[in-house]
Amino acid sequence: MPVVQLANLIPVAVTVGANKIVPTISIPYPLGDPATPKEAQHRLRKHRVEVALDALTDDAKEQTVYKVKI
Amino acid sequence: MKKVIHYINQFFAGIGGEDKADHQPEIREGSVGPGMALNEALKDAKVTHTVVCGDNTMGTDTEKATATILEFLKDKEFDIFIAGPAFQAGRYGVACGTICKAVKEEFGVPVLTSMHEENPGVEMFKSEMPIFIGGPSATSMRKNVADIAAYANKLLAGEDTGPADEEGYFPRGIRHQVWLKEPVTAADRGVDMLIKKLKGEPFETELPISARDMIPIAPPIKDLSKAKIALVTSGGIVPVDNPDRIQSASATRWGRYRIDHMDRLKSGEFKTIHAGFDPAAADADPNVILPLDVMQEFVKEGKIGSLHPYFYSTVGTGTTQREAARMGREIYEHLKEDQVDGVLLVST
Repeated sequence: MPVVQLANLIPVAVTVGANKIVPTISIPYPLGDPATPKEAQHRLRKHRVEVALDALTDDAKEQTVYKVKI
Repeated sequence: MKKVIHYINQFFAGIGGEDKADHQPEIREGSVGPGMALNEALKDAKVTHTVVCGDNTMGTDTEKATATILEFLKDKEFDIFIAGPAFQAGRYGVACGTICKAVKEEFGVPVLTSMHEENPGVEMFKSEMPIFIGGPSATSMRKNVADIAAYANKLLAGEDTGPADEEGYFPRGIRHQVWLKEPVTAADRGVDMLIKKLKGEPFETELPISARDMIPIAPPIKDLSKAKIALVTSGGIVPVDNPDRIQSASATRWGRYRIDHMDRLKSGEFKTIHAGFDPAAADADPNVILPLDVMQEFVKEGKIGSLHPYFYSTVGTGTTQREAARMGREIYEHLKEDQVDGVLLVST
């Protein structure tokens, strides 16, 4: 069962051996900065979750940290 | 005078080798074989009884042999239980670990043993009890017995014990709080380490991370539009009354909560109980940690087949890798049973 970890502390996720990792923006609010408008938070969240969903379908052969645009 | 009960196999009891490995469990008064060396090394304690069992009996008829031995011990008073040393003898090591674990659980006394690092009993039981780092064969008997006895003496005298590597047993993955003999604040120690690191000097971390445990990468999902996806988080999102009483730090519990009737997690219904960060943002909008809103949109848009009706949650601060791995395995069993195809794990 593939798992994608959405994590802010990428070095920790890499060290403990997570194999598919998508970066988030912070520890207390990984997927939406409360200082930004609701729409911006939603846009960011939808983008990063979509990257993570697509990563579930990726036939990665080694530990991968995926790139995000927003 | 404190009382010790000692466990050994048929070989060290002088009964015989492989041909006697099906020797049935028995208990004798006093010390036998290695127990004599143990007696010498113990300070204010002595071996009052010795349990002897054949390695094959313990290996193949484990439940019955264990039950018989626990029955032997029921009416005995003892302060500590010691097994082995087992050196590199695999079945003996596993037997020592098995009986130590059972005795600890049944009687709540400290249990100790010793094995060589190649003994399979080490991996199986090192988290359950102190297993002292022993030699490969009986030529290291005296030293291995002395190591166990030195630690037993401390325990029996109520003295402080040090961390695993100081005491000489395999690290168990347990953290203890200690008072430093010469107090230096954590801030000073941290800065000292950082300075050493910047200078390229060696330093010793206070939080060793166990060797990287790479899990093979699971085969990918072929068709996302037919897949069932589950959300899991270590960010402590729970219903506001935290029904499963998941701890805010060093969690040992996890919970699962139904979400298939919701478009998003609402503030006031869900919150985070994670003690490792400011909860304000997640309490105001729990979707910033558990992205239910966008997942429901992806379901409607046909990007994913379905969202698993439950999300799983625990708290990932101060949680040991061992506990985290256990909870992960438990959660996985549920997900597997519910035929989930893939997981998004949000950590904080």
